[in-house]
Amino acid sequence: MAEAKPMAMERVWPLTAEEQEARTKSSATGTPTVIVDDLNIIYKVWGAASEEEKGNAATALLRLLRRQGRPQMREVHAVKGVSFVARHGDAIGIIGRNGSGKSTLLRAIAGLLPPASGAVYTDGQPSLLGVNAALMKELTGERNITLGCYAMGMTPAEVRAKYDEIVDFSGIGEFVQFPMSTYSSGMGARLRFAIASAKVHDVLLIDEALATGDREFRKRSQKRIMQMRESAGTVFLVAHNLDVIEETCNRVIWLHKGKIKMDGDPAEVISAYNKA
Amino acid sequence: MSQPDSAVADAQGGAATESLAALAKRHGLRRAIARPSLPYYVGQLWARRHFVLKYATSRNVSKYSQSMLGQLWQLLTPLLNAGVYYLMFGVILDQKKDIGNYTAFLITGVFIFTFTQRTVSGGAKSISNNLSLIRALHFPRAALPLAYAVQELQQLMWSMLVLIGIVILTGEPVTTMWLFIPIALLLQLTFNIGASLFMARVGAFARDMNQLLPFIMRTWLYASGVFFSIPDRVADLPESLAFVQYIMELNPAAAYIELMRDLLIYDHPAPQWAWTTAIFWAVFALVIGFWYFWRAEERYGRG
Repeated sequence: MAEAKPMAMERVWPLTAEEQEARTKSSATGTPTVIVDDLNIIYKVWGAASEEEKGNAATALLRLLRRQGRPQMREVHAVKGVSFVARHGDAIGIIGRNGSGKSTLLRAIAGLLPPASGAVYTDGQPSLLGVNAALMKELTGERNITLGCYAMGMTPAEVRAKYDEIVDFSGIGEFVQFPMSTYSSGMGARLRFAIASAKVHDVLLIDEALATGDREFRKRSQKRIMQMRESAGTVFLVAHNLDVIEETCNRVIWLHKGKIKMDGDPAEVISAYNKA
Repeated sequence: MSQPDSAVADAQGGAATESLAALAKRHGLRRAIARPSLPYYVGQLWARRHFVLKYATSRNVSKYSQSMLGQLWQLLTPLLNAGVYYLMFGVILDQKKDIGNYTAFLITGVFIFTFTQRTVSGGAKSISNNLSLIRALHFPRAALPLAYAVQELQQLMWSMLVLIGIVILTGEPVTTMWLFIPIALLLQLTFNIGASLFMARVGAFARDMNQLLPFIMRTWLYASGVFFSIPDRVADLPESLAFVQYIMELNPAAAYIELMRDLLIYDHPAPQWAWTTAIFWAVFALVIGFWYFWRAEERYGRG
């Protein structure tokens, strides 16, 4: 795959000679790709009105006069002191209840949320499998494939080379000529996964992408995740479907209220999680 | 079960005493959040040019995809706008006196101002309206205000077609001055991009800006000589207020409108003040706007 090369080069800074050397020494399977060091994420939520805040202009004016700032702003401490090391060839499942900080952790690894303290060190640019945000449902699948690929930083030549593969993998057939708003939720999810996984990622973060879609598509997408693992990348997978995690991952991290409750072998962690 | 840091490294055969930061350094890993240098940023942006174009076109296509006439609205919208303004100012308020070919004069003003107004308002919203995109993918954020500017440029091309039709229908000849029109539009586009980048950063962090902007834009519209001729108005002023003319001539929108009217309708190469103002603002806005936007690159869509 010659076309993958320029994308892998995409980095925030050109590497210094020293870093380059350190990386070439350690690109083999088993060396670290992502290091999360005592990570804390606190984010602000706007518009979380309290009971007495009636949300009309008069109360807003009163608040200004009393010089009280905006009470609608709340701080949420979503990730609390998480540390782990992920390595080349790892597929790491992240499990936990709703609101346990799974998605926040993924965003922080992708470098899309700044840490309040601690740090995330990465090799290359981790990418969130989140191309959906760039797609427009009024447009045809065909246009969305091009748009999504460009949004991920592919060139026209790369898009042409990958186009048929994306359509085949998504299995949407002639629907590619119809607007995405006419797709069933399963078809939409399949096309999104097909677009997002068309690019070669060093570190891939998948957040609930496999929740929809039928059994057959789930099998195919698991196979693709395996392929990515084998090409010595690292895959993070958030899913509520524990079977998917157990089949796909070689390691599972259990998050509970923003902290790591358990980290290790999938079968062990999942059975402990099921008992809790 | 809580998790001691070194246990992870231990399990994989790393040195138990090595801190995670040192381990990262040893393997050449780096922190994810950093702002690229300005030249590198320009390069990244250039690499995303296909995205900028595709995103702009897609937004234009999806904008009218629900209507029966579809893309025809790209032409109908400026045509209807021209009709409404002519009815208001040409017929009802009868502003025509003293201005040759008031129809073309007015519609040129409206279209040229709308180009700047829509680009700048779009830019101000380009970050806050695309937070989910910013939070999902890595790309130079300046691609978004830039895409909005390209989208408005595409719309302007249709407006110019309507405008040229009106100018010819109202009896103006096609002249060699028309050759300068692309230069005038390029200067305006440059100014628009700069102003839009500047407002994109303002709009991203000062959320109330989008409420305020329509009023600022309307004030700007009235001050830019869209409906009247600036020299005619300031001619009536007493000597002591002569400086008002200079202030009005510093207005970039007034300069771009003046340029287009002189080139397109009145067949003369526009006064010097208009060219000076137009060039100064194009360069100034682009340099300052781009620099100002880039300075906050790593903070868009966060927190």
